[in-house]
Amino acid sequence: MPETIEQVPHEAEADLHVRHHFANAEQQMEASTLGMWTFLITEVLFFGGMFAGYAVYREMYPAAFAATSEFMNVEIGAANTAVLICSSLTMAMAVRAAQLSKRGDLIKYLIGTLIFGITFLVVKAFEYHAKYVEHLIPGPNFHPEHLAPQFMHNAQILFFLYFCMTGMHAVHMVAGVGLLTFLLIQAYRNVFHAHYFAPVEMIGLYWHFVDIVWIFLFPLLYLIGHWHW
Amino acid sequence: MTTDAKSHSHVHIPKVSTLVKVWITLLVATFVTAEVATFDLGEWNIVIAMAIACTKATLVAWIFMGVRFTSQLTKLFCVAGLVFLSILLLITFSDYSSRSWTYHAKPWATNKSLGLSK
Repeated sequence: MPETIEQVPHEAEADLHVRHHFANAEQQMEASTLGMWTFLITEVLFFGGMFAGYAVYREMYPAAFAATSEFMNVEIGAANTAVLICSSLTMAMAVRAAQLSKRGDLIKYLIGTLIFGITFLVVKAFEYHAKYVEHLIPGPNFHPEHLAPQFMHNAQILFFLYFCMTGMHAVHMVAGVGLLTFLLIQAYRNVFHAHYFAPVEMIGLYWHFVDIVWIFLFPLLYLIGHWHW
Repeated sequence: MTTDAKSHSHVHIPKVSTLVKVWITLLVATFVTAEVATFDLGEWNIVIAMAIACTKATLVAWIFMGVRFTSQLTKLFCVAGLVFLSILLLITFSDYSSRSWTYHAKPWATNKSLGLSK
């Protein structure tokens, strides 16, 4: 109801968007933020389990992991890290635009974030395809070229972890792209303004969290034993 | 917007310059991580890589995710998340790193009596 908002006094504007079970806009925002962080903590532990498994196997087979990491494309990994960092900046700018009631800027930055996010996923898809072509999928068809025979078994553990961790990360990215599309439609319909931008901020938190996961995945998967080659 | 203290006391709008500075720092840190990894520093490789990653993650959480502006309660929840994660990692690592110690801790139990060949 953007038209009616223009007619109510400034102080009452914020109250229009406060659900009846909250005392005021501030309390409602606090509840949203706390709830989102609680969800993100469960996500930290979800990914944390995979990171723990990674650490245990890397400690067990350091030589095999270092030799296998050679099959990761560092340039593409680093470029994709940069793409995600750019998407985090545009997301932060989108939240700022929503807080300032700048609809045009909000739409612009949401589209920017979407483009960066989709770019990351497309690059990831090409990377997966390259791994498939080079027979690097763990299983009966796993036979990479130039890998020492003693590493053949343990190398598959790293690739299993690689596909699990980057795969779950990619699933989160796909969900994020869906959420951003939802935000973009809402922004186009002029739903968000200085008094109501919680969805933009909460989805922003999610997007930044997914970025943080990749910040750890990049050095752990792509940069093991990088000095060898 | 920011001058309206009454209805907006809880909204903190970050400066564009702050966001851009964080963005540049993150990009530089990514470049440094990739470059440092090309040198053989032994155990220090992983230490440096994780130190840079933790710094980047902290920057994203503190500035982009706006933890610095959130309530004490939300900050406490964030710290609780890290505590849970450290419990997960510490107990896992203490298990795996101490598995080879088991029989040394029982000098009366010889390998022979345990049916082990070595």
